Amino acid sequence: MPLYLTDDQAMLRDTARGFMAEEGAIAKQLRHWRDIGCKDGFGHGLWKQLAELGFTGILIDEADGGLGLGHVEAGIVMEEIGRNLTPSPFLVTAVAVVEALKGTAQGELWYPGILSGDTVAALAVDEGAKHRPDAIAMKAERSGNGFRLSGRKQFVVQGASADLIVVAARAEEGVTLFAVERQARGLEVEGVRLADASIGARMIFDGVEVDADAVIGEVGAGEAVLGRVLNAGRAGAASEMVGVASGAMAMTVDYLRQRKQFGKLIGEFQALQFRAAHLYSEIEIARAATLKAQQLLDEGSEEAEAMVSVAKAKAGSVSTLAVQEGVQMHGGIGMTDEYDIGLYMKRDRVLNELFGDAGYHADKLARMKGY
Amino acid sequence: MTDHESFRADTRAWLEANCPAEMREPMRDEGDACWGGRNPSFKSEAQRRWLDLMAERGWTVPDWPKDYGGGGLSAAETKILRQEMARIGARNPLMSFGISMLGPALLKYGNEAQKKRFLTEIARGEIRWCQGYSEPGAGSDLASLQTKCEDKGDHWLVNGQKVWTSYADKADWIFCLVRTDFQAPKHKGISFLLFDMASAGVSTKPILLISGNSPFCETFFDDVQVPKDQVVGEVNKGWDVAKYLLGHEREMISGMGLGGGANVALGEALKEALADDPVLRADVARFDVDAMAFRAMSERFIDELKAGQAHPAQPSMMKYAGTELNKARHELIMAAGGSNALEWASERSRGGKHAREWLRTKANSIEGGTSEIQLGIIAKRILDLPGA
Repeated sequence: MPLYLTDDQAMLRDTARGFMAEEGAIAKQLRHWRDIGCKDGFGHGLWKQLAELGFTGILIDEADGGLGLGHVEAGIVMEEIGRNLTPSPFLVTAVAVVEALKGTAQGELWYPGILSGDTVAALAVDEGAKHRPDAIAMKAERSGNGFRLSGRKQFVVQGASADLIVVAARAEEGVTLFAVERQARGLEVEGVRLADASIGARMIFDGVEVDADAVIGEVGAGEAVLGRVLNAGRAGAASEMVGVASGAMAMTVDYLRQRKQFGKLIGEFQALQFRAAHLYSEIEIARAATLKAQQLLDEGSEEAEAMVSVAKAKAGSVSTLAVQEGVQMHGGIGMTDEYDIGLYMKRDRVLNELFGDAGYHADKLARMKGY
Repeated sequence: MTDHESFRADTRAWLEANCPAEMREPMRDEGDACWGGRNPSFKSEAQRRWLDLMAERGWTVPDWPKDYGGGGLSAAETKILRQEMARIGARNPLMSFGISMLGPALLKYGNEAQKKRFLTEIARGEIRWCQGYSEPGAGSDLASLQTKCEDKGDHWLVNGQKVWTSYADKADWIFCLVRTDFQAPKHKGISFLLFDMASAGVSTKPILLISGNSPFCETFFDDVQVPKDQVVGEVNKGWDVAKYLLGHEREMISGMGLGGGANVALGEALKEALADDPVLRADVARFDVDAMAFRAMSERFIDELKAGQAHPAQPSMMKYAGTELNKARHELIMAAGGSNALEWASERSRGGKHAREWLRTKANSIEGGTSEIQLGIIAKRILDLPGA
């Protein structure tokens, strides 16, 4: 499998690129919902449009009404979302939660809504400031024929807008994933505005009762599913970060070609040329690593897990470099809200924390490699 | 059976019958390579025989025309030959700057007499070549070279000095960039000249590096007389030949950072040292992220090259990133090795292997176009940034 997009994938990229540049544009989506103080932090209209394009079902099997495509294709859409800083439930709903519900009765229940753009889902994993899926403490105690969930979650992306929340909790048998509906009694959700204007909810599960059929997969066997779900999310987030980096870089290179000081275009200054060239090199490397991880996931390869960590870590640190260079090279105006470059910096910070940052994944890679 | 299938079968059979067993073992180090030349030193009879057998078929240069000593194979057949050689681990019979660098330039710019004479000798491994490019005053700014080449009517007279000439002290001939016009703008007064290193007035001096011995030499030209017909291409148009050749060289070098061979994570190899050194472990973990990411990039680059999709300046990015990564790798190896890795000449340290390799890699970002030159190329040709 050559490490570049197939013709079909390139066509998908062109479609997604054009669509997101138009309908997902910063002024139309990110700034608009932010400036009116929208409690969801994203536009439902765009989610519907993505459903009409078939994108919300990108990972859902054709037999179930989806596009039956893979993580490479999901990544293609994610990159355009990143490039335009478009707030969207796509990553968590169409990638992570769809992955969680694959082949389950819950999937049959929830997929139609996802396909039609009526359903938004969330994934509740983190319980503290940093992503630590190995240390899940939220309890799932047997109660009647079901379970009682107690504990806290934070940084639940789109948590305040979700109809369905996939929660990771620890039963006696081990980590288990549950499908919880928004209206569940005992569930308190606090929508929290984050630095990038998105909503990352804090949740308190105060003895939330769920039936046995809320279990996704098997009781105590949630770690494997959660691992799969998180890796799907990480691969998607890596693509989004490649998009953020690319968008920041494009803005910055444009600026270098236009801004004049000292009688010259600042793009002539060698110091800036070298930094821009270095950034280009890093972004292309992150792009290749991300595509590799997605191809390996689609192949069901054993090597996918390690490469997903490489991709999330690399895309994260590269995107951070891109936004820092972006603001710096724009000079004073880079610090204004009026200019978009600062918005890229804010989105990058949030994406880095999502599903494990560069340090988390470097450590995970090291452990996988035996050190 | 198709033509290709029968070619493969014939090739396989011939290799099986003719490639000596010793030549199917990987080379242990650079010293095992066969360079040929007027006074060749073969490591073994098997090495000599392997060169003779392959040269006879023109398979030292399989895709060169038969008229010039090549195998006259098509691209597809050449690929089949390489696959069949790789299949039995057959070594390259001949290492040669003549093959990798001068040959392609001669094929494009040489006249018929030059091609017939020099290419055939290269193909048979009879002449060993070195490259005379850089000068003490002309490194990154190669075009500012000053080695003087005067037209004396019936011969050229060369005076000057080259530096970083690999194996000049072992080479038979040199392909050399010289200045034939001191009035013209610098790029337009350069000629590409071939001459015998045994000519009167040529002398060499090896260069000792911070890492120890090296194949590099200083080469001096003191009133060296060169026959008139040994300019390749037109007089004062040598820069075109040089650029063409450099393009080839960079593609070769851009294969360098490719993971250093093994798919083993650096941390795995350094495991013991990292066990009680959390800061170093973190550095190595971050390095392994970068290295695995770059490995994916290398795979992508090769795939894109094969499909004709790579940006022409992409080799600059690969060379830059790969060499910087390689330097980082050796910094970490030295840190993990601690004072053991500092040993310079002991048996225990295999003659200071780690320390010397660490130092040698510092040249990776300098030779073949410095990192700064590569960044400039990326800025100009890929990012289209303004300015000189």
